[in-house]
Amino acid sequence: MSNHVGQITGVSGNLLRVRFHEPVVQNEVAYAHLGEVTLKSEVIRIRGDEAELQVFEDTRGLQIGGEVEFTGELLAVELGPGLLTQVFDGLQNPLPRLAEQCGFFLQRGTYLQALERDKEWAFTPAVKVGDTVTAGATLGTVPEGIFKHRIMVPFGWRGKFEVLEVAEAGNYTLDESIARLKSETGREAQVTLVQRWPVKVPIQAYAERLRPTEPLTTKVRIIDTFYPVARGGAYCIPGPFGAGKTVLQQIISRHADVDIVIVAACGERAGEVVETLREFPELEDPRTGRSLMERTLIICNTSSMPVAAREASVYTAVTIAEYYRQMGLHVMLLADSTSRWAQALREVSGRLEEIPGEEAFPAYLESVIAAFYERGGVVRLHDGGIGSVTIGGTVSPAGGNFEEPVTQSTLKVVGAFLGLSRERSDQRRYPAIHPLESWSKYPGVVPEEAARRARTILRQGNEVNQMMKVVGEEGTSIEDFVVYLKAEYLDAVYLQQDAFHEVDAATGAERQSYVFERLGHILDAPLKFPDKDAARAFFQQLTQTTKDWNRVLQDDPEFAKIEQTMTKMVAEVSADE
Amino acid sequence: MNNKVYHRIEEVAGNVITLRADGVRYQELAEVESPQGASLAQVIRLAGDRVSLQVFAGGRGIPTDAKVRFLGHPMETSFSEALLGRVFTGSGQPRDRGPRLTENMIEIGGPSVNPAKRIIPRNMVRTGIPMIDIFNTLVESQKLPIFSVAGEPYNPLLARIALQAEVDVIILGGMGLKHDDYLYFRETLEEQGALARSVLFVHTAADPTVECLMVPDICLAVAEQFALKNERVLVLLTDMTNFADAMKEIAITMEQIPSNRGYPGDLYSQLAARYEKAVDFDSAGSITILAATTMPGDDVTHPVPDNTGYITEGQFYLRNGRIEPFGSLSRLKQQVNGATRDDHRTIMNTMIQLYAGYKETLEKQSMGFRMSAWDSKLLVYGERFEQEMMDLSVNIPLETALDRGWAMLADCFEPAETGIASKLINQFWPKAHAETPDNGRQEERNHLEAVASSD
Ligand SMILES: Nc1ncnc2c1ncn2[C@@H]1O[C@H](COP(=O)(O)OP(=O)(O)OP(=O)(O)O)[C@@H](O)[C@H]1O
Ligand SMILES: [Mg+2]
Repeated sequence: MSNHVGQITGVSGNLLRVRFHEPVVQNEVAYAHLGEVTLKSEVIRIRGDEAELQVFEDTRGLQIGGEVEFTGELLAVELGPGLLTQVFDGLQNPLPRLAEQCGFFLQRGTYLQALERDKEWAFTPAVKVGDTVTAGATLGTVPEGIFKHRIMVPFGWRGKFEVLEVAEAGNYTLDESIARLKSETGREAQVTLVQRWPVKVPIQAYAERLRPTEPLTTKVRIIDTFYPVARGGAYCIPGPFGAGKTVLQQIISRHADVDIVIVAACGERAGEVVETLREFPELEDPRTGRSLMERTLIICNTSSMPVAAREASVYTAVTIAEYYRQMGLHVMLLADSTSRWAQALREVSGRLEEIPGEEAFPAYLESVIAAFYERGGVVRLHDGGIGSVTIGGTVSPAGGNFEEPVTQSTLKVVGAFLGLSRERSDQRRYPAIHPLESWSKYPGVVPEEAARRARTILRQGNEVNQMMKVVGEEGTSIEDFVVYLKAEYLDAVYLQQDAFHEVDAATGAERQSYVFERLGHILDAPLKFPDKDAARAFFQQLTQTTKDWNRVLQDDPEFAKIEQTMTKMVAEVSADE
Repeated sequence: MNNKVYHRIEEVAGNVITLRADGVRYQELAEVESPQGASLAQVIRLAGDRVSLQVFAGGRGIPTDAKVRFLGHPMETSFSEALLGRVFTGSGQPRDRGPRLTENMIEIGGPSVNPAKRIIPRNMVRTGIPMIDIFNTLVESQKLPIFSVAGEPYNPLLARIALQAEVDVIILGGMGLKHDDYLYFRETLEEQGALARSVLFVHTAADPTVECLMVPDICLAVAEQFALKNERVLVLLTDMTNFADAMKEIAITMEQIPSNRGYPGDLYSQLAARYEKAVDFDSAGSITILAATTMPGDDVTHPVPDNTGYITEGQFYLRNGRIEPFGSLSRLKQQVNGATRDDHRTIMNTMIQLYAGYKETLEKQSMGFRMSAWDSKLLVYGERFEQEMMDLSVNIPLETALDRGWAMLADCFEPAETGIASKLINQFWPKAHAETPDNGRQEERNHLEAVASSD
């Protein structure tokens, strides 16, 4: 550590003003001394001989003249085997180990190494002495749960390297050297199982970025069929409080067809993290038959944890996501909620007395959000493999009004917009994704033409419903009324999905295409009813039957039986007969 | 520690005074002595040798030569069993005739709980109010506000839940509380024999604003200590909008840039820091927080209810003396309502959906449209729902309320019309249920209540 020490000249909230005497680096990490402990901070503005630092901890007790030690290093995370299944805070402190050490409460100033040092990993080399490698190249692998974790040439190393030495297959701890490399200029360096990377800098050790075109199934019908997400794409879920953003993200974290899920709980409730934390180890990942936790990693800086670390947490999360992408894996990053991160920026900006933009958010909000989502994407690696980072962020707009800076900035950079509606959540129509106002630029799991037809019915049904509010049911023709009932039917049995039902909670892509096609026939069928009450009664019955259908497994004999019942029911009222 | 006494105040603005001093720690306390008397004050900004403090008793009447003595420690409160049955002010001074407590001082506003030491909440808190027990089940360790317009009976509702819930300790934090309401709480707790397990920290509308700011922290610090001693603690905070307004006042005095309608940009973080103290500890007790949040102008998008909604685990909407089914939500309900009775979730969902249908029908009716057969059914159902479920005077156990729900459905609808899964219909739909005349139903209800209250 450096021995450059400055003195505190001001304290206001979590912002320190510090007089320095040697060069300082923007965004370098510094530690403020407070008795026995030191509080981690980051330089966020430099003016003359004073730097302004945001402290990642409560600043209670600091005083003028107090010492601050500059490190000269940017805020960075550790990358290596053992990250998965972990729960870190925004600065990558492992929370369970912190609890072992400090008990119930998060004691400020206690920092632990993210990865366990004494654990041994079974290394298998992938290069030979004399090979030429570049940053990101795989030197060997270690098994991490179900994955082959690649040990790569540190991403920041420039140029070509010659392998002078590589460790034999065997067990090694994190800090042991597994290779010695020589640069073109003749400098030699060791590689261990772990490397550090500054969180605010994207990892770019790949050949090229590709367009996200492959659907990523989430098993949520309204998403996969109507407003799909793509591998390496980005989506956002804005919605008022309680509309179901977190539940939706949790559903996606369980069922998304990806290798690794990183949950970034950013400034939200601790209880929600605890649910994931306690339940995932017990849940089985249907793709692998192993515990869901084995593919999961949680970064959690909940709302009562220090605000500056909240800002850091999304970067910590995306950096780790990029790291696993470099191994040719598909990673999903779920950030809940990006608004809290934006608010953290706003709090700091306010303390710095910057000129505020709309709703007092800083003027650079939009570019910061864009830069964050840009870190997602599909890439072709140097070895030809493909990896991806898909980013899904929730947005919590003030007053549930989407016309606010965070939502608007986010909409400009994502490929899918899953807008939650208060009206639908009040009606318990979950997931409360608005079926008419949402959009996606990605391809889905059913033919586009079929989805379009269904959307048309939904729109027409909505129009009839609006009209009925003016002219009443009696002023509505039976044909229009049936369109309305069909739309409601589609809504009830397909768009709505019971997140707490074993079977209904997750509908695979195949079942979606199958069911959607069947429903398509029903929606297209011309139906005839003596009067509106009969039509309503019919659809109520059909809805109930179809919901029963949703609740049985596809290979259950009951599935075919219910389907026949439905076919018969529809045939009985078909106008063709 | 710094024993010097300072007596040159350079600036007084609102409740904030600024003077030059050294060796002062951020957030430490000071005592300010003026002809008005002595008051505590807390350091809220350090800039070079300029120290700004917020004075608990307010800035009014502070002369520039008031004496300021720094105490060398942040805000603390005494913790022991001796707190039980006592009433204090927002800064922890006795409000009753009891002695000042000074032993075992603990820091307030301490660090947050390590998420790894929390457990998933799993105990239902029974209230006897169907709108809560069936539809928005309250769960131990939940944080939940009552959103309400001024004038609604939110304080009686808080008191009723506190008395009916099975908890070990009740802590009441009053912020800007009307004196009458303070007396109401005290007397109600006393009459029901609950005062001996309660602690009251009360800031009334007549007390200095800054003291209001201390109330949640002091309540929650004490709650935390009880919880660590394995107690189940219920904290009532009323009214958090007054707390937020006190913060706004300070922020404006400190010339912070407001983000939304004058409230500071950190309103969310400030509220969250308090609400997140609700916890179910791994191998210790729990803290449940029920708060009142009045909505200025009945506007839920007002920054205080809006930010609160984003923090808490649901909310109860109190309107026209009833807990509204729409907008009210307990987010933890699914943690417990799967284990109460097999039909709990279904009754909960179905009855609300049908009630939504009733609301639509009412709208149609008010437009003068013809009522279909379905509308007529909904009208009968909706009225009964309001009287027999929503009315706050209904006080029955969950199981009775569920049975009542089935009876109402069977009276009003055919099974298929409810959309309930066939399996549950077979199990729960009242079998011999013919349309009984109204008095018959009343008898049946009386009977059910008698059965329920006899066990
Ligand atoms: N798909 C769903 N199925 C059933 N219930 C749901 C669903 N989604 C949400 N809910 C209900 O709504 C509640 C709130 O959902 P959630 O916590 O996801 O809201 P949110 O949008 O994240 O709110 P906030 O912005 O305050 O965090 C849940 O606790 C649950 O009761
Ligand atoms: Mg949420």
